[in-house]
Parts: sequence; C-alpha cells; structure tokens
Amino acid sequence: MAIKGISAAFRGNNRGFEVDLAFEMPHEGITALFGASGSGKTTILRAIAGLQSLDGRLQVGADVWQDSTENIFLPPHERPVGYVFQEASLFPHLSVEQNIRYGLNRAVKATGNAPMALDDIVSLLKLEKLMHRAPNGLSGGERQRVALARALARAPKLLLLDEPLSALDAAGRQEVLAHLEDLHRELAIPMLYVSHDFAEVARLADHLVLVSNGRKQAEGPARKLFESLDFQAPDGRFETSVVLNATVTGHNRDAFITRLRLGEQAVTIPLVEAKEGDAVSLRLRARDVALATKRPEAISIRNILEGTISDIHTHPASCLAEVQVDIGCGHIRAQVTLDAMADLGLKVGDPVFALVKSMSFDGFGG
Amino acid sequence: MKLAGITTLVLLVIGTPIAWWLARSAASWKEAVAAIVGLPLVLPPTVLGFYLLMALGPDGPGGAIAGLFGGRSLAFTFEGLVIGSVIYSLPFVVQPIRNAFEAIGDRPLEVAATLGASPWDRFWSVAVPLARPGFLTGAVLGFTHTVGEFGVVLMIGGNILGETKVLSVAIYDYVETLQWAPAHLLAGGMVAFAFIVVFSVMMLEKRLRHRHGD
Repeated sequence: MAIKGISAAFRGNNRGFEVDLAFEMPHEGITALFGASGSGKTTILRAIAGLQSLDGRLQVGADVWQDSTENIFLPPHERPVGYVFQEASLFPHLSVEQNIRYGLNRAVKATGNAPMALDDIVSLLKLEKLMHRAPNGLSGGERQRVALARALARAPKLLLLDEPLSALDAAGRQEVLAHLEDLHRELAIPMLYVSHDFAEVARLADHLVLVSNGRKQAEGPARKLFESLDFQAPDGRFETSVVLNATVTGHNRDAFITRLRLGEQAVTIPLVEAKEGDAVSLRLRARDVALATKRPEAISIRNILEGTISDIHTHPASCLAEVQVDIGCGHIRAQVTLDAMADLGLKVGDPVFALVKSMSFDGFGG
Repeated sequence: MKLAGITTLVLLVIGTPIAWWLARSAASWKEAVAAIVGLPLVLPPTVLGFYLLMALGPDGPGGAIAGLFGGRSLAFTFEGLVIGSVIYSLPFVVQPIRNAFEAIGDRPLEVAATLGASPWDRFWSVAVPLARPGFLTGAVLGFTHTVGEFGVVLMIGGNILGETKVLSVAIYDYVETLQWAPAHLLAGGMVAFAFIVVFSVMMLEKRLRHRHGD
C-alpha cells in the first residue's frame, strides 16, 4: 500500500510521561501539532527526527524510517528531516554561510546530487546581507531565519518546527511568521509545526492534530476543526476562534477601513493594504460575537452577519454556552450566557443575527 | 622540554576520548573511572613513581612487554618517563576537556545529527571546535605540569644527561651541590615561563569566549 503522506504512530514512556499517539499528515502544507505546554508535542517531534527513541512506526512517503516490530530504526543523521528548534541553536564557531552549508554539504555527499540551490534558499529568507556574519551578532529573528535556511538546505523530505517563534520578541515573531508563510506558499516540503499558540496555528496550519496528555484529541483540516464546538483552543477559551476566507472589495481611506465580502455578506475591518479582489483570511473570536433575534438598530457594531444556529454546547459549571452559526460560507462561533439563551429562546435551526465586535485580518490567501 | 612536548601530545590523544566518554556516558560507574584518573592529584608523586618503577622495571609487566620487543626495560629511559608523565598529568588534561564537552550540551550535537552528520562527523565538526578553550587549557596545564614535575621523574627517570635529565631535577642537583647562581637562573626562568604561559592562556581563553559570545 503506497502512502503518499506521512504516517506516524508512537507509544512509549519519556521520563514518566506516557505518549500514545498516531496520526497521518498530508504530503504537503503545514500540519500543526497543537496542544498545551507539556502535552507531549515536542516528544513526538523528537521521535520523528530520531532524537528520541519511542516504540512505534514512522513512514514518510514510501520510506519506512522506523518500525519497532521489524527492528527498523534509522539513526537521526540518516533521516532526511529539517529540524528547527525553539532557539535557533546556530553553530557559534561557524559563519552564517558555513552554518547553512553544514547540512547542504553533507546532503550532497550522501546523495551525490545538489539539492535546492543555496541561492534560492538564501533569497527566499532574505539572508544575502548576513552570509558572512557570525551568529552572535544577529537578532533573534535573523537567527531563526538562518536556522530555517540551514534546515532547508539539507533538502529535507519533512520539515519539523518546534515552536520556532516562542523564543522571539514580538517583532522577531512577525518577521519569522511572514517568512514561514512565504515558505508555505513557495515550497512543496511538508511541514510539521509544533505550537501551543492559537494565533500562530490559525495563520499557518492547513491540517491540525490536537494533542493533550500525550494523546490525540482530534485531527482534521484546520478550519473545519476550528468551527466545531468540540474544539477548544488549548491556550484558553478566549482564544477560541474561527478563520474564514473573504475577498477585498474596496477601502474607505478616510475612515481607515477596508470593505470585504464574506460569502454573500459585506463586512469591514480596520484598513489593510490589499488590492481589490485579494483573498484574505479573517479571524473571529467566539467571545467577540454576540447574538440577536432581530436586526438591531442604532448600534455601534458595524459587522452584523445573518445566519442560522447550527449547534449549541453548554459546559458544566459555566455560565456560558457556545453557539455555532451557519453564515452560508462557513460557520462562526459565539459565546452567550445561559441566561441570555433562555431569554431569547435560542435553539438549533433558529435564524439569528451575529454581531461581531471585532474581526481581525489574519493574512493573505487561504 | 622535549619530554613535556611529547607528553602533551600523548595526553591529548588519550585524554580526549576519556574526557568525551566521561562527559557523555550515562554509565553509573563513570565517576569511579574519573576518580582513578584523578588519583595523581592527591597521591604523592613518589608513590606514583614507585609503582611505575615496579611496573616498568625488568620484573614488572611493562618490562615483560619491553622484553618482547627486545628492550631491556622502560625504567630509566625516555619512553618510561613519557609514560610516567602521562599518567601523572592526565587529570590536568582530562578535567578541562571534560568540562568543555559537558558545557556544549546536547543541542548542538542534535542539530548536527538532524543535518546529516554521523556521530564521528559530529565529534570533529562540532564538539571539538566548540570545546577548543578546554583543549587549550588542558594542553597548557599538561605541558607545564610535566615541565614542573619532580617526584615521578626522580623515581623512574634516573637523571641521565641527554636522556632523562629534566629541569626540575636539574635545579635540585644545583641546590644539592650549593651552586646557587645556576639554580637561581633556572628557577627564575621557570617562574617567568609559568607566568607567561598561564597569562597567555587566560588571555586566549577570554578572547575565544568573547568571540563565541555567551
């Protein structure tokens, strides 16, 4: 049976911590291993790279990298992965260029042919001016870009990213995030991205594996999962959001807003530098959405979406209920108090107006 | 001086794998090995010299081995001195190199592994360059310690001119025979030499550390 993507199944004990997790990831795009700190995500990533030995099976495309039942275990240096750690971990005794060439030279020696041209990688990550510098003189964001280039230069079949933004300041985070989006668009290499941050995952991931306590909670296309009321962001209920595609229809530069079409409905967001017709992603937090049974008038909220209630969840010992609303082009989520639910008599199938207090731009394309 | 040079070379060659093993191994008995390596730190050099004399003499195992190669015995020869000095100075070389290897941590080696470097390759391309300050300290300590040693050399060297005569023993001879002037010259020379060596090592280490940043 030929598997096109990557299939992993690990089971084992890492210093008293039980891991038992199996998942598949597509052979392209970004798959996020998403879970709270200490849920075993990094352990899985290390096991995939061969840095940690856990019982299990790992197949990448047609190649079996590990199969405990047949005693197959490729040592880490024979697994063509690119691994980007939390800290860039550049070799301090080598220049930026020598760092990038470290993996490249070894890959060329092992396979006999030149992988991706060094120049392409360098220009993709805009490192031209840094090539002769020493790693110590670089900013956090620059270092992480070099680490990305180094991982890519060894022509990996799989790029593993272990919270590559978590050690960076806000500016460095934006810088590296933008480059990750470029790589996502330009390269065909599948990426496995470990994170506990909803905002990062919402922006980058196509596919999601939700991890908790070393076990898989859910798995599927990222946006579909976000829309499901079963899904809670591991970093807290406040972060729970959906991500939807919209098209830019124009700007009102005097009022600093951009107009968009979201399915059949019109919405506005704070001004974004985008051309008319551009596809953008929007992120809507559940806590920023209120519901009304009649279209409200004389209200400061500008974005009012028409839809139908498609699901309702209540949580034990919580005053809040979660409501999923079908707005035609997708589903949004709202958090409403139980009290208000009862007053309005909301139930599945009811038409409602969703009042969106804020909607944030979440990147281009999608 | 020739003795110290050769001894340092031998020390680096055998001290490095020992230091690497002590730094990386998870074996519970490795500290016992570390203690054996460290014994010369506390034992009087004459004790060490005595055992070496026994081991290397014509009746000891060393002598037996030498006999196989047609030699008489290793005691009172230059080769014997090298062996004695190596054992005596081993802790001074192993300890700094071990510390340097430990300071590197797992991460750089893991990075190298994911970049396709085999364990042997990782050792030479990452561990050794990053542990350079430790090698420098180890080499200089080993060298100067060998230059300055006395007890071991006296026991197994025999002070044969042009063969096993070393500086520290020479000073002893001058003092014994009340030749103060040459004793002053040699002793003062060694103080100056030691100062220059220790000082330049400290400066070099500082510069290396500065370049790597921390």
